Amino acid sequence: MSVNKPFPHDAAKLHVSGRARYIDDLPVSDDCLHLCFGTSTIARGSIQELKLTPVRNSSGVIDVLQASDLIHANDVSPSIHDEPLLSDGTIHYLGQPIFLVIAKSHIQARKAASRAKISYQQDSPILSIEDAITANSRFEEGPRIWNRGDLKRGYEQATKIVEGSIEIGGQEHFYLEGQAALALPQEDDEMVVHSSTQHPTEVQHKVAEALGVQFNDVRVEVRRMGGGFGGKESQGNALAVACAIAAHRTNKPCKMRYDRDDDMLITGKRHDFRITYRAGVDQHNKIIALEVVHYARCGWAQDLSLPVADRAMLHADNAYFLPNVRIESHRLKTNTQSATAFRGFGGPQGVLGMERIMDHLAHDLNTDPIAFRELNYYRPAVAAEHDTTHYHMSVQDFNLQEMTSKLLADCDFENRKQAIERWNADNHTMKRGIAFSPVKFGISFTLSHLNQAGALVHVYSDGSIRINHGGTEMGQGLFQKTAQVAAEEFGVSINAIKITATDTAKVPNTSATAASSGSDLNGMAIKVACEKIKSRMAALLAAQYNKSPDDVAFTKNEVHIGRRVLSFGDAAKACYEQRVSLSATGFYKTPDLEWDRIRGVGNPFYYFAYGAAVSEVVIDTLTGEYRILRADILHDAGNSLNPSIDIGQVEGGYVQGAGWLTTEELIWDDQGRLRTHAPSTYKIPAMSDRPRKFNVNLWDRGNLKPTIYRSKAVGEPPFMLGISAWLALSDAISNCGPAYPNLDAPATPERVLKAVGRVRHGL
Amino acid sequence: MKFSFLLNGEPQVIEDLEPTTSVLDLLRVNKRLTGTKEGCNEGDCGACTVILIDDNGARAVNACILFLPQIANKALRTIEGISSHDAPHPAQQCMIDHHGSQCGFCTPGFVTSMVAAQINNDTDHDVTLAGNLCRCTGYAPIFRAALACEGTKAPKWFHDDQSDLRTLAQSVDAKLPTTSDELANILAEEPETTLIAGATDVGLWINKDMRDIAPIAFIHHIKDMEHITEHPDHWEFGANVTIEKMRVWSVDAQPSLTPLLTRYASTQVRNSATLGGNIANGSPIGDSPPALIAMGAKLVLRKKDTKRTIDLHDFFIDYGQQDLQSGEFVQLIHVPKNQINLRCYKISKRFDQDISAVCGAFNLNITDGVIQSARIAFGGMAGIPKRAKHVEACLTGKKWDMNSIKASHDQWSQDFKPLTDLRASADYRLSVARNLLTRYFYDLSDNPTTIQEVSA
Repeated sequence: MSVNKPFPHDAAKLHVSGRARYIDDLPVSDDCLHLCFGTSTIARGSIQELKLTPVRNSSGVIDVLQASDLIHANDVSPSIHDEPLLSDGTIHYLGQPIFLVIAKSHIQARKAASRAKISYQQDSPILSIEDAITANSRFEEGPRIWNRGDLKRGYEQATKIVEGSIEIGGQEHFYLEGQAALALPQEDDEMVVHSSTQHPTEVQHKVAEALGVQFNDVRVEVRRMGGGFGGKESQGNALAVACAIAAHRTNKPCKMRYDRDDDMLITGKRHDFRITYRAGVDQHNKIIALEVVHYARCGWAQDLSLPVADRAMLHADNAYFLPNVRIESHRLKTNTQSATAFRGFGGPQGVLGMERIMDHLAHDLNTDPIAFRELNYYRPAVAAEHDTTHYHMSVQDFNLQEMTSKLLADCDFENRKQAIERWNADNHTMKRGIAFSPVKFGISFTLSHLNQAGALVHVYSDGSIRINHGGTEMGQGLFQKTAQVAAEEFGVSINAIKITATDTAKVPNTSATAASSGSDLNGMAIKVACEKIKSRMAALLAAQYNKSPDDVAFTKNEVHIGRRVLSFGDAAKACYEQRVSLSATGFYKTPDLEWDRIRGVGNPFYYFAYGAAVSEVVIDTLTGEYRILRADILHDAGNSLNPSIDIGQVEGGYVQGAGWLTTEELIWDDQGRLRTHAPSTYKIPAMSDRPRKFNVNLWDRGNLKPTIYRSKAVGEPPFMLGISAWLALSDAISNCGPAYPNLDAPATPERVLKAVGRVRHGL
Repeated sequence: MKFSFLLNGEPQVIEDLEPTTSVLDLLRVNKRLTGTKEGCNEGDCGACTVILIDDNGARAVNACILFLPQIANKALRTIEGISSHDAPHPAQQCMIDHHGSQCGFCTPGFVTSMVAAQINNDTDHDVTLAGNLCRCTGYAPIFRAALACEGTKAPKWFHDDQSDLRTLAQSVDAKLPTTSDELANILAEEPETTLIAGATDVGLWINKDMRDIAPIAFIHHIKDMEHITEHPDHWEFGANVTIEKMRVWSVDAQPSLTPLLTRYASTQVRNSATLGGNIANGSPIGDSPPALIAMGAKLVLRKKDTKRTIDLHDFFIDYGQQDLQSGEFVQLIHVPKNQINLRCYKISKRFDQDISAVCGAFNLNITDGVIQSARIAFGGMAGIPKRAKHVEACLTGKKWDMNSIKASHDQWSQDFKPLTDLRASADYRLSVARNLLTRYFYDLSDNPTTIQEVSA
């Protein structure tokens, strides 16, 4: 068996020795040129005069391009063609690319780009959620509104109503490898592009449009990314297109990588949200009415903001049954970086909103926050009417009751809670807090047609195997998982499988590696391709040995035909010599999806993935500083394809999620300049920020749906387990006084200290 | 400029390159050794960590803010030079076995940091790896890998490099002064010379502001500014003492400084950054000045053959303005001994490797429950590192109790009118500064005050 095994990452040996190649490591000829964007220094307005002579005269500069130099499409948008590669004269945000420098070295290009003299006609920028609401600056004609049940009656039945709001900050991806691309011009106007992208097919399309050629003239290759997290779903388009245009003009290899500060100033981040709520509970502490309003700050271009905001709405319930509910979502257009995909894709904001509501309700009801959550869980086993989401989808695989009980028992929750209370009573300046949070996360792209994948599998005549599929490797272990699928199918050892770079010329028309879908979709496509080859091999070998194909088994690097045994290599050779095709494509599409995003009705997801976490923290009430002391997690990865890789996703997701809600603070000034544009000012978690005690276990039960070996998607769901750390901070603050902490996110030490003050003084 | 160094054991000669070329560019562009990665180009992520070896041993440093003259006559080991294909270093094997890499981009930097720490027998992994950022793993598997390869002996190449360095052709450029006398002469001739010791600040001027800086003198070869010497009532530090060397010194000599110095940037930066540089650049948020001011440290400034001694506190005049004459440089720092009541508190958004929002140092002299004298100094509260003189005056002569602390409440806003910026608001800074006096009270009375010491 190869699946369910904890094999290391396929490239681990290359990673640890520095031999794993990223875009900037690829050997290129000495005539390779290097690119850099010149960017705007205002957030909104138009260009009055653009003096590029000092740029052109700068050392090493070959050429400088502006929008008027672009012959074909000037667009890098993944959605509605509203994102020019180079400004058309209008400035939409501070950091927007205006011109493109082509120079002999990276540093020469950067130096030259800083030398332009630009004068602007400045307009007053729309920066904040408040600004955008006031100006009615938005995408779509108005808010999306989804309803279910009878809200009026719900509020009438309510015995307690709680209102509030929360500000939720955005998040910089901070992939360690910045955005990068390399274009290599070919004969006959063809172009090969190496791109650090999660979406090679989209890069292929944008490059083809920019060059005025057909899709088949462009080949995009992605071996690996140094981290993606959604930040390379659409944000790599600009670099790839710039390189292709420059390579086409100069007929030389052209490479572009953003310096870290440029990367953070130019590219989009997680959407920040304001969520307001009015929640009513009945006499049994069941939520009977809920109104939620989402305000999403989308930035200047539409990018992926509509599906992001949709997913936030889809996760506004998290794990709780909401009989009467109204969700309103505003997608606000601002003069800031165009907010984009980031692990969870709006889901985390929706879930955080709901967990905030649960925390607030439990506080004001003076009830146990976990029992209150359990009481309001979906209950498919108890009552059919309690299993339907606000978008009318039946939740059939809900397992959080069991998972919650197991997690609480495993982490000794009750005893620890009591010990914390005693400790807090004895302490002058420090308080500890502990909190639980669950996650239910819908799996599938909500744009249903994206739920498809292709694969290409070759068996060579010595029995070695090469596999390829449309998914990209960004560290998540997708390549290793799909290799394990192929090894399992052919009954060979993992070493027999070679995984090759994602390549639009091998598997066409792919979807982005996103929405946690990578192994579900591509694993299945690989399996289909392997099955085709196996059935051809089985038919031939069965005929040769006078057996039925059903008598042929692939196992332990051998092929058994009844009692005859061939090595897999010999079997492959025999098939080759009998002119059997040992190469096949595979294709998979997720079944049972149907979704109307305007009405908010349907089955947008194939299934749900679940997780549960308990975090314990300590805060310093004099400074607001805090530490995460311990985290215990039980996460549902179905029958894990690779438990080590999945646990890695859970650990990494938790810490990234906790980072989002604690130290990672994005700050723009009143001119729209992002002030936190480097790791010196934007603080992702460091080594000592991980929980000192960190227990992660997988809920190892098969998916009810026939996914690949009944595994579940695991990329995004655990990110939301970090919410338990934020709730634990709220709990610790609650121990300082009677009022509700009303903690916003990120809960920086400053926000924690302010909340301590509010709670103490009952504000 | 021409010099030699050892690169992964092989002698190399550098000429015809700009001295402000970073070692990272040398490796990646000129030597095509691409295992060392560029993550941030400012010394904050550790993806470019390499190992620098000389007579003093091995240390992890960030190659992106390390300039060519800084590796002259030294041995450099990159990820490509710590093992062979068929025999991985134990740190590499442990990272594989414990699933310590996901995207792999930060991995070479983690491995080189681990190897450097092993050579130094340092197993405080939270500290030695604080300067390496990872966005994928949540660090847990990397920590497990670091635990698993504890006790690994220093590799043979480390000793080989040290002995090979002795026979490497020593070449010293005119702009690499080796004595403070030479530096004094350079500054006498060209007073506008920018001095680079560790380059952890100037590196950013070059990498990020893309400034062309000239003339430059690299001063890290000056041996008579590297010492820490004990005198009857004070310690004498040469300006070139690295923060890491000072941190190690503090463990026995002034333990209340150690927690602060351990949170000064990262291991890689502390290995390059110098005490003199941290003072001379006049930053209002440098972490050593508040502590040293609270201790009553003095500076020895030198201009040609003239030396003068001033209070460190008086060195900082206004934002960007120090009491440093044209052609003068910081040569020595005198730090009074045995400051038993000194406590230093650094407050930042992230615990490790962050710049202080507020950094407070308290040093009260208390006899029979009465405050005899007070020195309280803060970073992040003004345009310069500054004493809280009103608070000090208010406390002096009072009983050391909560009443006196409360009585000082209004003095804080007399002393400090802090800014609101991306690190913190003015209100927060002022509240925290005030509250830290309360923490100091509990701290001196042995009540637990440190969240770092709490465990679940």
